[in-house]
Amino acid sequence: MIDNLNFIYPEVFISLSIMFLLLLGVFKKNSTSLVYNLSIIFLIFTLALIFNYPQESNINLFNDSYEINFFSSFMKILTISSGIFVLIASSKYLKIFKIFQIEYSILLLSSILGMMVMISSNDLIVFYIGLELQSLSLYVLASFNRDQIKSSESGLKYFILSALSSGLLLYGCSLIYGYTGSTNFIIISENIGFVNYGLTFGIVFILVGLAFKISAVPFHMWAPDVYEGSPTSVTLFFAVVPKIAALTVFIRFLYVPFINMIDQWQIIIIFLSIASMIFGALAAIGQKNLKRLVAYSSIGHMGFALAGLSTGTNEGIQSSIIYISIYIVMNLGLFSCLFMLKRNDKYYENIDDLSGFSKNHPLISLSLLIILFSLAGIPPMAGFFAKFYLFKAIIQEHMYFLAITGLLSTVISAFYYLRIIKIIYFDQEKEKYDSDYNIGLKITLSLSTLLILLYFIYPSRLVEIVSRINII
Amino acid sequence: MNFPILSSLILLPLVGSLFILFVKSDSSNNYQSSKYVALFTSFVNFFISIYLWYLFDNTISEFQFIEDKEWLRGFVNYKVGIDGISILFILLTTFITPLSIISINNSISFRLKEFLIAILVMESLMIGVFCSLDLIIFYLFFEGGLIPMFLIIGIWGGTRRVYSAFKFFLFTLLGSVLMLVAIITIYWITGTTDVVQLYELGIDWKYQNLLWLAFFSSFAVKTPMWPVHTWLPDAHVEAPTAGSVFLAAILLKLAGYGFIRFSLGLFPIASDFFTPLIYSLSLIAIVFISLVALMQDDMKKLIAYSSVAHMGFVTLGIFTLTQQGLEGSIIQMISHGLVSAALFLCVGILYDRTHSRLISSYGGIVSIMPKYAVVLMIFTLAAIGLPGTSGFIGEFLILLGAFQKSFIVAAIASLGVIFAAAYMFWLYKRVVFGNLINKELFKIPDLNRSEIFILWSLAIPTLFFGFYPEPLINTIEISIQDLIQMYDLNLSFYAEFNGDNLIK
Repeated sequence: MIDNLNFIYPEVFISLSIMFLLLLGVFKKNSTSLVYNLSIIFLIFTLALIFNYPQESNINLFNDSYEINFFSSFMKILTISSGIFVLIASSKYLKIFKIFQIEYSILLLSSILGMMVMISSNDLIVFYIGLELQSLSLYVLASFNRDQIKSSESGLKYFILSALSSGLLLYGCSLIYGYTGSTNFIIISENIGFVNYGLTFGIVFILVGLAFKISAVPFHMWAPDVYEGSPTSVTLFFAVVPKIAALTVFIRFLYVPFINMIDQWQIIIIFLSIASMIFGALAAIGQKNLKRLVAYSSIGHMGFALAGLSTGTNEGIQSSIIYISIYIVMNLGLFSCLFMLKRNDKYYENIDDLSGFSKNHPLISLSLLIILFSLAGIPPMAGFFAKFYLFKAIIQEHMYFLAITGLLSTVISAFYYLRIIKIIYFDQEKEKYDSDYNIGLKITLSLSTLLILLYFIYPSRLVEIVSRINII
Repeated sequence: MNFPILSSLILLPLVGSLFILFVKSDSSNNYQSSKYVALFTSFVNFFISIYLWYLFDNTISEFQFIEDKEWLRGFVNYKVGIDGISILFILLTTFITPLSIISINNSISFRLKEFLIAILVMESLMIGVFCSLDLIIFYLFFEGGLIPMFLIIGIWGGTRRVYSAFKFFLFTLLGSVLMLVAIITIYWITGTTDVVQLYELGIDWKYQNLLWLAFFSSFAVKTPMWPVHTWLPDAHVEAPTAGSVFLAAILLKLAGYGFIRFSLGLFPIASDFFTPLIYSLSLIAIVFISLVALMQDDMKKLIAYSSVAHMGFVTLGIFTLTQQGLEGSIIQMISHGLVSAALFLCVGILYDRTHSRLISSYGGIVSIMPKYAVVLMIFTLAAIGLPGTSGFIGEFLILLGAFQKSFIVAAIASLGVIFAAAYMFWLYKRVVFGNLINKELFKIPDLNRSEIFILWSLAIPTLFFGFYPEPLINTIEISIQDLIQMYDLNLSFYAEFNGDNLIK
């Protein structure tokens, strides 16, 4: 048992650092900045620990309930590095919003810990523990700006709906346990003899719970309100980090124990995917608030990521992972621009506030232009390649209906991205915004813009890495 | 390894636009310097492409100057190369770009820097389209062109620019996403997206029709063919002059080029099957759109509609699949590139002076702007296809090709020539002749030096190729012969195969 600990150093390290930071924050006065910076450093250190792993081997720990392999390491690296960028980009926002408190970064770390557990879980119970650790931290984060009604409301809303979905998920787990006699993924897959409805029900309940976590239609209702109400830094976190973990669990849950039941769950995933793509595209058109718009656009993007999962092939999974990686980069860039919409210590988040933005801030608008075209999937930006790999995998399986629906929904969604570009570039300019960006924000924005713009020069690297992920 | 001349053609405008991006834009002096940078790059590009034409060997039909580098590992290579068909379009692109940059005198009053960047990026993407030999690379350039054009129309356009820009973007995007599905499908059927290999492999007959339709949906919007042409008049009317020039001269040629390179080359059976569809759509474009053009009261709109009609001739000529028809189509595209660019410039010149595009606000221009009247006459005649202009060669060859295939089609298409004469002459008469009623017109000056330079540099090739089309025909002849040979071979195989099936 003790030997097993050797392999979960990153998780152990993060837990220890959370406790340390908590103690530090309590006993040392005015240590908010210190805690904040230390948590960034600890995350970087965790990243280094994960890189230190033997990447090719497949290690099962704690009676096969915890699995560490290249896939889990890759997803953890994605989670942690996006967590780092979220922290780097949002420090100034927190200070101005007067929610720069020690709990913030500690909660963030603990939710990342939960995600790491989720990503590696090979057992329904371990998975549930990770999920709850993650969700509980997120509830608090959503209502972090508790003096504002909207933020509290969003936290409460998220809590109630998420608790409900967790309940459904647990019920699904118990059904699966009842019909297969185990909670372990490997044993479940061995015990599936013939298809019975109880098991299918179990899968459906778990899928509902997971669909809620990645806000796929029709379980998306919380997303716009929570995205709008939460502080923007938390919205950024919501839009990016939990999706990685949830998608990983999606992949592992469908492809490890239940790959043989693909004819049962495939149609559900296709439905979730098509519904999310179309609904996300249509509902975003009418939005006035940028954060709400991002919520709907992320619903649409999750639909695309799910489309890759529905194929039932390694290529499909890989394309989904590529998609989510590029999606993270784009969203980090987009939110960095949102953090820059500040005038006299007030942040603006309506689309109309961007009116004529290009006149006063040409470089930021250029980045925003690139990011938005990339989100719309126009070549030669990275977003196009994300979609391209995805459709390549889908068409390989002859799922033309899904491919054409997906592409038509990109045309619809191009409309609302274009609308933002129109407001930035074609409309009359307003007052200038403050331009005292801190260095973290600048780094995040320029890095993501360059990655998106120059991705086409050397696109094979990401594919190479991801193609080492073979689940089936 | 030879010098990568095609890649440098593609890259050079991008380098130029980077330079412009980092020029500070605080004074009018710097505005001028960014314009000089843009002019310099585009002229250098033009001379490189002339040199390319000089190096080009027109006695072989294979692709030349091929560059092949690994790009998306194991499945897409960055492959560019040219044959007789593509080199002319590259020349057209590099020729029109500097002229459109010169033509920005006063018409672009703000954000000149961004405008120049957009034009240069556009140029590089268009050259990329014409020389890419891989479907994915082609798609990349083809779609990427939407971004700068969207911005050109949207930022510097007229009053309804937002509507037009959106219409342009969404129409074209809708058409081309289906092409993306088709391209990926081709990859899964054949295992490659390399055009040269696909020419040799051929694509399974049973897939061809659907794939052809997917490509068609994209090209039909870009051409534009009736009934999806409606974005073009809007885009033209609202775009600034330089944008219109680029749109008419180069962007519209993408689809014609695509039809020749991809629809005919990759899906010969389907092209044969759908020929009646193309004929009927082309004839509708020629006759119906000409009639529509006749009734326009906005000069720019009239010329935009005439572009649709001319592109109808082009698609007709391509699908006659005769040597004459195809050659005629290509020459018609080149000629239309020169003539429509010039006509849009002529309208732009009047618009800059009086800020009106309505035909009714003009009349009697000849007495105040004689030089202008002469130039406009040349281009009007070229648009009609009068012998001695390049327009004539194109239309004549197309009709010659059409007569070989079907008498009725050719006869109806010939009507279009008459209609063209009607609307162009009527336009000319109402604008240039007649009584000088509008008092505002008295003050306007005749052409200045840069305008004379641009218009005559468009007029000289128009007339030159009208009298002596040999250089053009020589360049394309072998490639087209090869294309038709391959096409006929494919068809005869198909007929043989199906014949066998019938006997069994």
